[in-house]
Amino acid sequence: MRVEFTVNGEPRSADVEPRTLLVHFLREQCGLRAANIGCDTTSCGACTVLLDGESVKSCTVLVAQAAGQEVTTAEGLAPPGELHPVQRAFRAEHGLQCGFCTPGMVMASVSLLAENPHPTEQQVREGLEGNLCRCTGYHNIVRAVLTAAASDPAEVTA
Amino acid sequence: MIPASFDYVAADSTSDAIGLLAEHGDDAKVLAGGHSLLPMMKLRLAQPSVLIDIGRVFELAGITATADELIIGATTRHAALASSELVRADAPLLAHAASLVGDPQIRHRGTIGGSLAHADPAADLPMAVVALGGTLTLSGPSGSRQVPADEFFLGYFETALAEDELLTSVRVPRRPGVPWGYQKFVRRANDWAIVGAAAIAGRVALANMGPMPLRARAAEDALAGGASAAEAARLAAEGTSAPEDIHADRAYREHLARVLTERALKHRSSAAHAD
Repeated sequence: MRVEFTVNGEPRSADVEPRTLLVHFLREQCGLRAANIGCDTTSCGACTVLLDGESVKSCTVLVAQAAGQEVTTAEGLAPPGELHPVQRAFRAEHGLQCGFCTPGMVMASVSLLAENPHPTEQQVREGLEGNLCRCTGYHNIVRAVLTAAASDPAEVTA
Repeated sequence: MIPASFDYVAADSTSDAIGLLAEHGDDAKVLAGGHSLLPMMKLRLAQPSVLIDIGRVFELAGITATADELIIGATTRHAALASSELVRADAPLLAHAASLVGDPQIRHRGTIGGSLAHADPAADLPMAVVALGGTLTLSGPSGSRQVPADEFFLGYFETALAEDELLTSVRVPRRPGVPWGYQKFVRRANDWAIVGAAAIAGRVALANMGPMPLRARAAEDALAGGASAAEAARLAAEGTSAPEDIHADRAYREHLARVLTERALKHRSSAAHAD
């Protein structure tokens, strides 16, 4: 089947089997490898991307369901060579250890801050409930989101 | 993991979806948010040959109000339910339950109709709609019928929906200011209730205490007879048939049902972690 949608601002026309999952399409057809396949069961959040600005787990979304919508991956958050404020905050606060969960954490954080630009620490922790860090590096991740929230809100949610 | 092959059709209206269901019969499954169905298809626990996507049937999404009731479209997402001012004011138990489903990503995709039609006895929204005394609208080729939540859930993942019927909306009474309580006992983030209890206006519903969300009838009868919350809660596990699994045996679940019912009846609301 043919599906038309937008990936990181570029219109895409995909000829896919109906069973194609969004994360596979992004990684294998678009060459966008930021979204990782972790648990593959809607639990770990490593595959989190934005669908029309909202965080979703792309291992549990069919490409067909994204028709007509805007998909954003970590690669599309900022122009090449630049960092989105949330990415910058993750770097500044060392919000990563092995890095596997990081793209999903960043995308979940961007969505969280879009919905709640000034979260409390508790709201950040609850807002990242769907993302697991097997290094258990949560403290710096939470600090990074709070740092990003304290920077220019218009920039963070852009 | 990827699902087995299937044909995909996107419905463009409710009547189109019902027509497609009639055409494909039990070979078809309805796809809304897909957050119960797609995981089952990836594990080959479900292997429909046709998916009928109702995700773009806009008339099925949204929340409206009559004088006495909120009418919630089947494809209204959990995030929309949790953040709706109307639902938070007039059916806060339901908004609270929606805010506890899974995690934010899941709440961005999952729908109330999908959750109810999936009928997981451990899930939040089936218990909430039973506690609220909600009514479900099921629409088929020969028209629509109204089914009370108490009569909708028939067993494990089994409902009153016929093969050719679509769950189109859910109605719940508007009860602003009426005290309510909601308790969900979980050990892990992003999990189903080991046991849940929801209480409002003398009704008590339990999650994961049997093959479907159950009313705690003995506790309700005691309340109607003037018993205190603590006295009524002692009867909460009567008539239940709790499952046993790695998380809890039956005796522990029955204990949880009593404790959580008492807390819910005292109108305390939380996602109770092991405390």
